[in-house]
Amino acid sequence: MRPLKIVVLAKQVPDTRHVGPDAMKPDGTVNRGKLATVFNPDDLHALELALNIKDRVPGTTVTILTMGPQKAADIIREGYYRGVDYGVMISDRRFGGADTLATSYTLVKGIHKLAPYDLILGGRQAIDGDTAQVGPQCADKLKIPQITYVEEVIEINENEIIARRRLEKGIEIVSSPFPCLMTVHGSSPACRSRHAKKVMQYKYARTNTELRTADELILTLHEKRPYLTIPEWSVEDIGADMEKIGLSGSPTKVKSVESIVLTANEAKMLSDSDADIEMMIKELIEHHTIG
Amino acid sequence: MKSVMVYCEVENQKVADISLELLSAGKRLAQKLGSPLYAMIFGSGLNGIESQIAPYGVDKLFVGNSMRLEPYRTLPHAALATEILKEEDPQIVLFGATSVGRDLAPRLASQLNCGLTADCTILDIGDHFVKKEKKEYKDLLYAIRPAFGGSIMANIVNWDMHPQMATVREGVMKKEIFDENYSTEIVEVDVNSILKEEDFVVKIIERHIKKSGVNLKDAPIIVSGGYGVGSKENFQYLIELAKLLGGEVGGSRAAVDAGYIDHDRQIGQTGTTVRPKLYIAAGISGAIQHRAGMQEASMIISINNDPDAPINKIADYVINGDVGVVVPKMIKYYKENAK
Repeated sequence: MRPLKIVVLAKQVPDTRHVGPDAMKPDGTVNRGKLATVFNPDDLHALELALNIKDRVPGTTVTILTMGPQKAADIIREGYYRGVDYGVMISDRRFGGADTLATSYTLVKGIHKLAPYDLILGGRQAIDGDTAQVGPQCADKLKIPQITYVEEVIEINENEIIARRRLEKGIEIVSSPFPCLMTVHGSSPACRSRHAKKVMQYKYARTNTELRTADELILTLHEKRPYLTIPEWSVEDIGADMEKIGLSGSPTKVKSVESIVLTANEAKMLSDSDADIEMMIKELIEHHTIG
Repeated sequence: MKSVMVYCEVENQKVADISLELLSAGKRLAQKLGSPLYAMIFGSGLNGIESQIAPYGVDKLFVGNSMRLEPYRTLPHAALATEILKEEDPQIVLFGATSVGRDLAPRLASQLNCGLTADCTILDIGDHFVKKEKKEYKDLLYAIRPAFGGSIMANIVNWDMHPQMATVREGVMKKEIFDENYSTEIVEVDVNSILKEEDFVVKIIERHIKKSGVNLKDAPIIVSGGYGVGSKENFQYLIELAKLLGGEVGGSRAAVDAGYIDHDRQIGQTGTTVRPKLYIAAGISGAIQHRAGMQEASMIISINNDPDAPINKIADYVINGDVGVVVPKMIKYYKENAK
């Protein structure tokens, strides 16, 4: 079996499980500065699947590609710690405010620079929007088949990849020729942990922008070990059309946002005492709600 | 001409419930716009399928009928839908937020270079003033969905790249017969001339779909647990209570993530939307994504040790306590008092 070239699309997302009141800007976009960030959970599953294929098919390389602000370089480092071969970051203020269509355009411009490839993997969806759109949109723009909701890769041979998909009401086993794009479901195996050695090796990996504020020690290291410098691609680097990126490339726009204010109704407040619970059960039976 | 288009899912000659719900939602939008409602359906053995669709007020139905179109595969369905959408140029296109719709709609949005809003809970028609252009756009789709951590509802509009597309979860919209005798024009799609061999490169080798599955939507009573249930063992009490009351067990996304309960029992914006007679929320704080899926229950009981849990604000009974203490007592007193 020939080695494969895999690209993993990964996103740094605000931790939507811990959202404060100042999380949104008045224009309705996310105030990223105010939020803790995490590696999007489904993308970690995609990373594991890529590393798993690398284990199965000797010589396979895994490249992690992310788009985001400088802080997103954490995603690349995290990828290195867990075993990817290369990391590339697409970062430029002008990409900001992108919806899924503009995001897929931008990522695909980056993927073209990484060509040829056999497999593009990404999480099924990101927790900051849950849209699950970017994967299929990239597949369309790359003009390759897609296999969504992948749970396991069952077989890989010269000509095709066979995977099990997790659907709402069951499973499906499908085959696709290369190259193809797969989105990975959260029911697939969790990502392996960091290798201590890789953490040692890559903890000083930095983008050029980060290097501007780095200390002497790190700069010297980067001179000695060029692989530590994370490539950072701008609008010009990927040859993106300004009309198709960022806000101007995004057809969906937030017209308005409305805070949810819950108005209290007249609830009966009960304790966990036997008397209170028996009273409630009797009322429910009496009103034929239960029983 | 302006029109509203619905992509209908079908399997074994039965149109999916979600699609009928979307037809009803689409009809309401079409009426507001004064435009016709169109639908497209691709599958196998579809002769006469219009009898299931016409009563929802569909003016024109595009039927792609071929053995090769069922079960659903991305590329052939995307190719047919693209062809029809380019030809008909509808204003609005709706898809179910299902395994199928969420696979197909983004691919089409990319192909047609248009906007797509996922998991809408409200669809409406309205105007929007674009400051930069000093121009008022009339009759746009308002695609409204809970967003970002659930503290807000966002109204998403798209005025410059058409069509305007949206997906909606099953159970969010109500299906309503528009007119039993509505007359629908059938347009047979010339499948063989549109599809190429390369549209069939992905092959389905095996397929196992549960026939019955969990039916949360029709359950009169739902006992639902969240992260606050605390353990899989405590979840057993909920299962016992549900069984005793003749109801079903559900859970919040946090409970699914914690492994307390299967994904197909998830209630909320990214799960099933339910409208039971009684909803018992045990250890559920009640983020808006969850409330969006259950707030229309006739009666809500919240069991929570956090008196400030948002769910308490919409509950009829609020029990301050631990799930592991309260639910066994409910079981006990139900057994003692039920006839």
